[in-house]
Amino acid sequence: MWTIALKETSSFFSSLAGFIISGIFLLVMGLMLFFFPDTSILSSNYANLDGLFYLAPTIFTFVIPAITMRFFAEELQSGTIELLATKPISDLKIILGKFLAGLFLIILCLLPTLIYYFTVYKLGSPEGNLDSGGIMGSYVGLLFLSACFLSIGIFASSLTSNQVVAFIIGAFLCFLCHWFFLYISKLPVFVGKIDYLIQKVGIDYHYTRMSKGVIDMKDVVFFLSVITFFITLTHFVLQRRKW
Amino acid sequence: MSIEVSGLTKIYGTQKALDDLTFSAKKGDILGFLGPNGAGKSTTMKILSCFIPQSSGTAKVCGMDVKTDSLKIRNVLGYLPESNPLYKDMYIKEYLGYIAKLYALPNPNQRVKDMIELTGLGREQNKLISQISKGYKQRVGLAQAMIHNPEVLIMDEPTSGLDPNQLAEIRNVIKEIGKEKVVIFSTHIMQEVEALCNRVVIINKGKIVIDDDIKQLSNISRGNNAVTIQFAPSSKINESNFRSIPALKEMIKVDHHIYRFTSDDKNDIRIDLFDAAVSSGLKIIRMEQNTFSMEDIFQQLTSSNQ
Repeated sequence: MWTIALKETSSFFSSLAGFIISGIFLLVMGLMLFFFPDTSILSSNYANLDGLFYLAPTIFTFVIPAITMRFFAEELQSGTIELLATKPISDLKIILGKFLAGLFLIILCLLPTLIYYFTVYKLGSPEGNLDSGGIMGSYVGLLFLSACFLSIGIFASSLTSNQVVAFIIGAFLCFLCHWFFLYISKLPVFVGKIDYLIQKVGIDYHYTRMSKGVIDMKDVVFFLSVITFFITLTHFVLQRRKW
Repeated sequence: MSIEVSGLTKIYGTQKALDDLTFSAKKGDILGFLGPNGAGKSTTMKILSCFIPQSSGTAKVCGMDVKTDSLKIRNVLGYLPESNPLYKDMYIKEYLGYIAKLYALPNPNQRVKDMIELTGLGREQNKLISQISKGYKQRVGLAQAMIHNPEVLIMDEPTSGLDPNQLAEIRNVIKEIGKEKVVIFSTHIMQEVEALCNRVVIINKGKIVIDDDIKQLSNISRGNNAVTIQFAPSSKINESNFRSIPALKEMIKVDHHIYRFTSDDKNDIRIDLFDAAVSSGLKIIRMEQNTFSMEDIFQQLTSSNQ
């Protein structure tokens, strides 16, 4: 499992794609948070990082499927899946190995954003006047969200041998799981009746709660269930060859 | 150390890819797996290497069942898939190291070194896999299949894309390994089977048409005798001149002045033919005995029941 995680990580950075994806993520984040006036922290006049955590799900909807699209699609395309599946390692461990690699890559992408935290910390008036606990919670929430998107992206990648298709399906599924339930709950039919319940099915509801700095076990269980669900689905898809 | 396959059947949708296949191989066997395209060679190999399961029947590798002991089998089995898939963005050493680690070998670096030496990759060892030629890629594929010193080696067309020198080298490697292990490989090259294998299994449409010792197979092929004779252009050939030869079964005109004579038993009729030609004043400019090769046997067996 660790062998696969290590290999996936190194092949991510041995190709230019790895640097491009993480570079563009950081570039977009930097532009949005410190340069474009509409979304800039500097022009909002509040010492917080809400902008980062508000934008992150949208950007991750594209960044994470871009990372995961090759995980299985490439193996299926080149036939190396046959090589991997005949090694003494179970299908589940292959999936988990790739999942771990993805998680590591996302943490690597997120680490530089800590600089934003220190910037805002220094710029606060008085210095250090920001809700560090809230930001900590938001980071935890963002990690859980990334892990969910990862499992979705890996699932999408296992469906097809075409990386572009894997990317599009992955991005669409991420969008669906995150926002679909929030938006549909606003239909007049649901408002005031079950809209609250519908929202709870979406990732957004739980992510927003965590962003407030509250780490509730219910939310953690929700995130873990989503991850387990998509990893199980991926396993199911890989086992399909055995029918 | 053995392979036992019995009643193996594989059905893809409505198509029967394998139909009640039964054969076995033991230590020291190099088993050549032959058959036209789509006969079920690759399917059998995929089942043995635990990539896909069979629909019915059993397949055992070293006494372990592919359905229940799949992970254990994979530790003692080396497999080279048909199209030789490789991670093109990895370096040869890096790739072999990765495979060694997947097998959790105690000293991966030493094994990688040994494999590079065994397969003659020394000069290319620091290159990216995408940069090397097809023959070298094939060697990398062989190296990864043998890196964990498997007891059973299954190779799907291991020698495709190799030049004649490489072919000879790789054949030697396989022959060397085959002495202490079980080797099964598929190929389209008949000479290869004659040069390498001690056993041959020919399958067609998912069924075994022949499963035999290579020596016995050669005996079968010598059952019939055919002689082709080309006469001088000026000769006037009268078929009755040759009819007096008792062992002659058939005389067929192949081309102008070229005839093929078949005898029905193991008698060599070349001397009789020569004498008959001389006595009727015909001049022979070429005489050739046609022995049946593996190729003929293959064609006979796989095309007759179509």
